[in-house]
Amino acid sequence: MADTQLLTSSVCQLRQLLRDRSVSSVELTQAFLNQIEQVNPKLNAVVTVCHDEALEEARLADSQLASAEAKTLTGVPLLHKDIFCTRGIRTTCGSRMLENFIPAYDATVVAKLKAEGVVAMGKCNMDEFAMGSSNETSYFGTVKNPWNLDCVPGGSSGGSAAALAAGMAPLVTGTDTGGSIRQPASLCGITGLKPTYGRVSRLGIIAFASSLDQAGPMARTAEDCALALTAMAGIDPGDSTSADLAVPDFHAALCSDVEGLRIGLPKQYFNEDLNPSVRERVMTALSELEKAGAVLIDIDLPHSHYAIATYYVIAPAEASANLARYDGVRFGYRCDNPQDLEDLYLRSRSEGFGEEVQRRILVGTYALSAGFYDAYFNKAQQVRRVITQDFSRAFEQVDVIAGPSAPGVAFPFGAKQQDPVSMYMEDIYTLAVNLAGLPGLSVPAGLIDGMPVGLQLIGKAFDEQTILNAAYRLQLDTDWHLATPDLAGMAS
Amino acid sequence: MPVSPQDVEKVALLARLTISETDLAEVTERFGRVLQLVDELNTIDTDGVIPMSNPHDMEQRLRPDAVTRTNNRSDLMASAPAQEQGYFLVPKVID
Repeated sequence: MADTQLLTSSVCQLRQLLRDRSVSSVELTQAFLNQIEQVNPKLNAVVTVCHDEALEEARLADSQLASAEAKTLTGVPLLHKDIFCTRGIRTTCGSRMLENFIPAYDATVVAKLKAEGVVAMGKCNMDEFAMGSSNETSYFGTVKNPWNLDCVPGGSSGGSAAALAAGMAPLVTGTDTGGSIRQPASLCGITGLKPTYGRVSRLGIIAFASSLDQAGPMARTAEDCALALTAMAGIDPGDSTSADLAVPDFHAALCSDVEGLRIGLPKQYFNEDLNPSVRERVMTALSELEKAGAVLIDIDLPHSHYAIATYYVIAPAEASANLARYDGVRFGYRCDNPQDLEDLYLRSRSEGFGEEVQRRILVGTYALSAGFYDAYFNKAQQVRRVITQDFSRAFEQVDVIAGPSAPGVAFPFGAKQQDPVSMYMEDIYTLAVNLAGLPGLSVPAGLIDGMPVGLQLIGKAFDEQTILNAAYRLQLDTDWHLATPDLAGMAS
Repeated sequence: MPVSPQDVEKVALLARLTISETDLAEVTERFGRVLQLVDELNTIDTDGVIPMSNPHDMEQRLRPDAVTRTNNRSDLMASAPAQEQGYFLVPKVID
């Protein structure tokens, strides 16, 4: 099998090859490691490669495959976003603050995937502390979009999305606090799932906004996402917000029948502000589902407009509290020659955090400070409930809500860096889903001038299955998810 | 509401961040733009709405107070920027 074909295969295809013994995990892992070596210097999507550890894990996987001890993902190589703590492996969160941080334990997601047999090859670049929509805030440099090296890959899981699109791994992990899985998935032409808040444990994920953060899989197909989510999800005694609910086998339960599926189109997502080319792609994708028997229904999410303001109070407020732990004492960056304790705190934080992180800490601290708490934080939490109620009412009428994943395609570097608010608008269609704690998925819906566009499908709380089913059906009927950037050109 | 450079400096101190004199004007301007964005919240009536801190209104679950992990003090201390004999080192606090 030609290498390029292997590098762009789905997890389900690779699993079959591994089980048939057509390819060994060592061969597969080596092929992806070679691709990382060849392509990563151009893309900067991976910040740490665990070459020897990966091959060791692959050898173990091969012996398990030979003795029929294989688990769901045995021998499948993967890359983790560098926000997941990995025992003994540097975990930077894209920040100078954690440039030399080596966790003493694995995040639950990392441990669960390991238990299912994955081969972890390394860690992906990301926006610093997951704060950004372009991967331009990483201390380790920007990530380039494999579809056009002059454009951003999206963020914050931009390294993960770019790595997958460029054939460096068949499966990557991401996290999504306001769109950080779905928006880069859209901009890089892959499938990305943000599960329901509480579905996946947050233990060992470096915290940004604790009531919004959620981890999920990014892959080539919805089928792969279903497989990976089943492995990642479940209650965790170490995360008291993880849901005490049985985890279905999302993969076994995949169903391509969408007859009668009611898909809601919020008029606020399809208004005159929507880029006409994006509308055309999204509507074409939805008409495919309509042809398969789904019913499109216009719905109203009257408070959508307030999602962005609500998010930019709640997320920074929670971030300012979470990031208070970086004090230069116990772990993380410490300034040189501190004069006293105050100087140690001030300089370690100002030198260790980048501009966007500092801005969000400032906004969050302001929103929580005496005299402003009610006007900002409390108010935002009230509006959060109003926005969530909009979704609850809509889901009385429909099974799935659809819209664009992002306002446009990938944009050139620097285009939105001068104005924080223009960057925040990148997540205008995704933020509300985090506020309401719902599952959301971005699935490729074709190209505009050679650059990918994503369709977003939003489900009811804990009903990832229905959006996975719809995406699965779409991918049976269309081939948008099979489009890849020019890998041969990139490697030369 | 408009913010002054002094407001920003005060918040920065609360957050234990320093802003250089040369950056202050720009930081204030960009901070102001974000506040302007979030000030939109004032245009919506939320009288009587209960604030939402968890999207599923979930309550904090308690777990038995049992030892679940072995002591890995040396692993945890390994990431400390400065340490001595198993203690974190900080600048002198008391004269």
